[in-house]
Amino acid sequence: MSASLDSLYQQVILDHAKARHGDGELPHADAEHHERNPTCGDEITVRVALEPGTDRVAELRWQGAGCSISMASASVLADLAPGRTLGEITGLVGEFREMMRSRGAGEPDDERLGDAVAFHGVSKFVMRVKCGMLSWVALEACATELAAA
Amino acid sequence: MTHTPHDTQDEPLDDAEVALLRADFPILEQEVSGEPLAYLDSGATAQRPRSVLDAERRFLETDNSAVHRGAHTLAALATEAFEEARETVARFVGAQPAQVVWTANATDAINLVAHGLTAATLGRGGEAARRFALRPGDEIVVTEAEHHANLVPWQEVAASTGAVLRVVPVDDDGVWTLADAAAVVGERTRVLAFAHVSNVTGLVAPVEELVALAHGVGALVVLDACQSVPHRPVDVTALGVDFAAFSGHKMLGPTGIGVLVGRSELLDALPAFRTGGSMITTVTLQTAEYLPAPQRFEAGTQPVSQAVALAEAVRYLEAVGMDRVREHEEALAERLVTGLGALPGVRVVGPPAGVARSGLASFVVEGVHAHDVGQYLDAQGLAVRVGHHCAQPLHRRLGVAATTRASTYLYTTTGEVDRLLAGVAGVRAYFGAEAVA
Repeated sequence: MSASLDSLYQQVILDHAKARHGDGELPHADAEHHERNPTCGDEITVRVALEPGTDRVAELRWQGAGCSISMASASVLADLAPGRTLGEITGLVGEFREMMRSRGAGEPDDERLGDAVAFHGVSKFVMRVKCGMLSWVALEACATELAAA
Repeated sequence: MTHTPHDTQDEPLDDAEVALLRADFPILEQEVSGEPLAYLDSGATAQRPRSVLDAERRFLETDNSAVHRGAHTLAALATEAFEEARETVARFVGAQPAQVVWTANATDAINLVAHGLTAATLGRGGEAARRFALRPGDEIVVTEAEHHANLVPWQEVAASTGAVLRVVPVDDDGVWTLADAAAVVGERTRVLAFAHVSNVTGLVAPVEELVALAHGVGALVVLDACQSVPHRPVDVTALGVDFAAFSGHKMLGPTGIGVLVGRSELLDALPAFRTGGSMITTVTLQTAEYLPAPQRFEAGTQPVSQAVALAEAVRYLEAVGMDRVREHEEALAERLVTGLGALPGVRVVGPPAGVARSGLASFVVEGVHAHDVGQYLDAQGLAVRVGHHCAQPLHRRLGVAATTRASTYLYTTTGEVDRLLAGVAGVRAYFGAEAVA
C-alpha cells in the first residue's frame, strides 16, 4: 500500500482504533459533551470526572461510532487527559488543533502530545482533520463548561 | 462529440466504444495516487464531456446576454439558445417545453412544489390553487429510503400546514414494494413523493403502478428523478407523474441548474414560491400579476449558459442512446453486486443479485468504517462516495452510520469495476478487521 496511506494510518492509530482506551460509560461525570460530524454521521460523547475538590481531570471516558481516525484519537485522548488541570487541557487541545491544521508542516512535540503525535500525518488529509478533532472538541467544551462553573 | 456511435445504436455498449466515449472526458485521463483514476462517484456528480464544456464556452464567447429582455442582437441569440435548451430537455423526458421549469438543482425543484403547496394552503394563488391546499390531517407520503432533498421539504410542509407525514417502510435490505406503499397510501393522502431510483440502494420504483395508486385516491405524485433521468430512458408523460425533479450535474451537465417538470394544468395553478423580477406581467406598489408557467417560477436572472450546456449534455446522451446507457450500467451493477457479495465480510445493501437495480452498489465492510474504506480505495485511484449519502433515516434502518457507494455511468469500464473489487478485497486485512469479525 502507498506510503501516503501509511502516513495517515500509522500503526499507533490502527492499534488505538482497535484497543479503544476509555471506551465506555462514566457514571457521576462532572461534564459531558456530544459532538457530531454531519458529513459522515460520526458521533461521540465525551465524559469527564474531576478529582474531588480540584480542577484536575481524574478520568475521561467516551462513547461513539465513527472511523478509525476519530475512534483512535478519542482513545489517545483518554490516555492523555487524566492528571491535567482544566487550563492544561485547554492548552493541550490548542496544541493538538495547531498540529492538525499544519497540513503536515513542522515537528510536533511528542513530550507534550504523546501518542497524539501520530495524528500529524492526518493533517495532510484535510477531509479527515475533523475526524481527528471530534473528541478533542468535545473535551474542550467540557473544560470550558467546568471552568465556568 | 468526437466519436460517431450512431451506426452502432442497436449494439450494446462494449469496451471499445466505452474507450471512445472516455476520450471525450478530459478529467478521466488523469492519475490519482499514482494510479489511473477510476471515477466511481457519478451518482454524486457526473463528469462532463468536452462538447458540453465547449458549448458553454461557445455560448459565453458569442451569445451571452440577459434573456427575455433587451432589443439587441445578443439578447435575441441568448433568448433563443435558452429556449431551445428548454425544448431539448423537454423532448428528452417526453414533455412539452412549457412543462419545463429551470431551477438551481433538484432540491430547489422539489422545494418549488413543496412551498407551492404551503402557499396554496395559506390561500395564495386564488381559486385555481385551492386544489393544492392541505387541511390538518391530510397526508403526505414518502418512503424511508428518500434522499433528504425529498424528505426535509415535506417535513416543512407538514409542519407549516398541519398535514401528517407518513412513511412507507423499507425492509432489512432497504427495499420497499408497491404493496408496502399501498398499505400506507389512503383516502387522506394528498402527495406521494418517492425516488424513481434510490441513490443508495439502486432500487427502481414501479412508477406507473404507484401513479395509479396515488391518482386512485386523488394524490399528487412527485418523482425524484435525479438517479433515473441521467441513467435510463424516462418519459414523464408515459409514466403519468405530476411533477418530476432532476439535476444537470448528474447527467453530464453543469452544476447550478436543475429541472422541474410538471403537468401543465398543475404548473399553471401552483402558486409561485419565489417572486421578483422576470416572473411578472404588471407590478404596482401594492400588487403584482404573474406570468404563466414556466416563467412564473423563474424569478431573477437564470442559469443561461448552464441551460445551454445541459442541452448539449442531453444531445450527447441521446447520441449514445439511453437504452444502451441503462443496459451498460445494469451489467456493471450486476458485476459489482456479485463481486462484492462474494467477498468475506462485505454486505451489499439494496436489491439482491439478479433483481434489477440501477448502476450503483452501496456496501458495508464489517469492522471497517466507510470513511476508512474510501480513504484506502482512494490510495489506489478509486473514487467512491462514503457516508450516509443524504439518506440518514435509511442508514439508521440498515443499522449503519455510513456505507461506501460505487456508482457507474456510460464511461465506466468493466476493468474499473474489477479494480474496485480487488481494492475492496484488501480492506479488512489492512485495517486488521479480519481477526475481529
